Amino acid sequence: MMSDLNQTVLYQYLLRLGDSSLTMGQRLAEWCGHGPYLEEDVALTNVSLDFIGHAQLFYQLAVALDDEHKTPDDLAFLRDAHEYRNPLITELPKGDFAYTTLKQYFIDVFNLNLFQGLKHSQLEPLAQVAKKALMEVKYHLKRSEAWVVRLALSTDEAKARIQKSLDDLWFYTPELFEVDDGMRTLVDAEVIPDYATIKSSWQERVEELLQKCELEPPESGWVATGGMEGEHSEHLGYLLAEMQFLPRAYPGCEW
Amino acid sequence: MYSQGLTDAKGQTEPADLLAAFQAKIDREEKIEPRDWMPMAYRKTLIRQMSQHAHSEIVGQLPEGNWITRAPSLKRKMILLAKVQDEAGHGLYIYSATETLGVSRDQLTEELLTGKAKYSSIFNYPTPSWADMGAIGWLVDGAAIMNQVPLCRTSYGPYARSMVRICKEESFHQRQGYEIMTVLARGTAAQKEMAQRALNRTWWPALMMFGPSDKDSKHSEQSMKWKIKRFSNDELRQKFIDATVPQAEHLGLTIPDPELNWNEETGHYDHGEINWNEFIEVIHGNGPCNKERIQARIDAHDEGEWVRAAAEVYQQRHSNTSKSEAA
Repeated sequence: MMSDLNQTVLYQYLLRLGDSSLTMGQRLAEWCGHGPYLEEDVALTNVSLDFIGHAQLFYQLAVALDDEHKTPDDLAFLRDAHEYRNPLITELPKGDFAYTTLKQYFIDVFNLNLFQGLKHSQLEPLAQVAKKALMEVKYHLKRSEAWVVRLALSTDEAKARIQKSLDDLWFYTPELFEVDDGMRTLVDAEVIPDYATIKSSWQERVEELLQKCELEPPESGWVATGGMEGEHSEHLGYLLAEMQFLPRAYPGCEW
Repeated sequence: MYSQGLTDAKGQTEPADLLAAFQAKIDREEKIEPRDWMPMAYRKTLIRQMSQHAHSEIVGQLPEGNWITRAPSLKRKMILLAKVQDEAGHGLYIYSATETLGVSRDQLTEELLTGKAKYSSIFNYPTPSWADMGAIGWLVDGAAIMNQVPLCRTSYGPYARSMVRICKEESFHQRQGYEIMTVLARGTAAQKEMAQRALNRTWWPALMMFGPSDKDSKHSEQSMKWKIKRFSNDELRQKFIDATVPQAEHLGLTIPDPELNWNEETGHYDHGEINWNEFIEVIHGNGPCNKERIQARIDAHDEGEWVRAAAEVYQQRHSNTSKSEAA
């Protein structure tokens, strides 16, 4: 059954995983040297490092599928924005600590459920990567969840900042659960989990926390979409311009 | 929260028998521990040196942090992230070790942000190219290792112990820096030029990291007697030069000192005079990046203020709730 899989579909899906991790890691890395505490500086950098590590693992699985002899670095540094497949939320600027924390929390809950599903993938190498990543995601979530609570249930300023972040981020979350026809074939082949299940687990956990924290999601807003087709926000171009500068300016060099 | 030892002893003569016992202990190579009696000047010297060291680790995150988002491969990005994270960790260990002398991290941070405390002058130089990541690892961490390996045997126990772990990590940092330089030096002409320019920028400031020459070093003699220091500034600097010149030759790069020459008689490299005026200017705030570096730390501190306040309020409420629940 595995050999019948559409390799292009699988490749695009692995890019989605890798690109999400890389853009998250890149944004978190911007905190290095600028965190609110030394301990948090170390933690943010540590989480960033994990995300970039996950990106590399997903890209390795992706390049193994094509015969163009590409490397994970080629995928990271030599694709333009329209070839990136991450949802828009992961490319958003780092914002303040409340914004970074809430974004992190949404992604951590998503990743926990996603990787718990992926660890049962019929595609053994993907299951292995998910198992490894899952151990780290559990720590990420423990940390980000504790911070959301701490910010929401403390001072007025922290509460206002986390509520503002919720207003700004909430409608970027539905895109996490988008599924196209190609992905449905992967679900049918048990390569990836059912995203509807991931979505309901995500909603249950997030809504419970928001209630505990007395935070209100906004009623309406622009619902982000487009990442899977390579239609991104204005932010991704700058992220890539910065990240890809050296390999683009000095093509073909080793570093 | 300076300890009583500092305030009480102000202006008083320290008892000769205690001083003699203290020196005898040091001479027997026994470690001084936080609860032991120590001369006020010993405590002060350690607080100054250790806090400068910790501040250097923290400010030292910035010049390398400058390239994390632009590192040219995933591997380099991860190594650089891990390295800069190590520096923050070193800062944390050394702040903790300094706290054993009766001074708080908050106070030390304030001294850094108000410019009262110093940090290594090297971090006031810019890192305009990727090759600076190589030059910093190779030369700056290389110089730090020369300084820090003897500190693993320094007389103050908590400092010595924290240095053992730090030195292990620094040695990895030095190797990764040299490896970056190796790849660049063997790369295209443009990459080699990048590497050479970074060496030109970093060489002299790296030599200045060992501090003033022995004849001008006001703290050295007493620190040697107390075995806080084990080698003089000039001895360590020479050791660094002797180790580094062959490495530069191996890379095919030129050290920017026309007077650098192997001296058969002394068995060391002779070198040109360091521009001590530049050193003094940078130490006193007039280096290329002094203002930016401190401003970056002030901004991080100010922008993090509400986060720290929130954590504190939450902590208080939470512990009150736990207490009332327990009752």
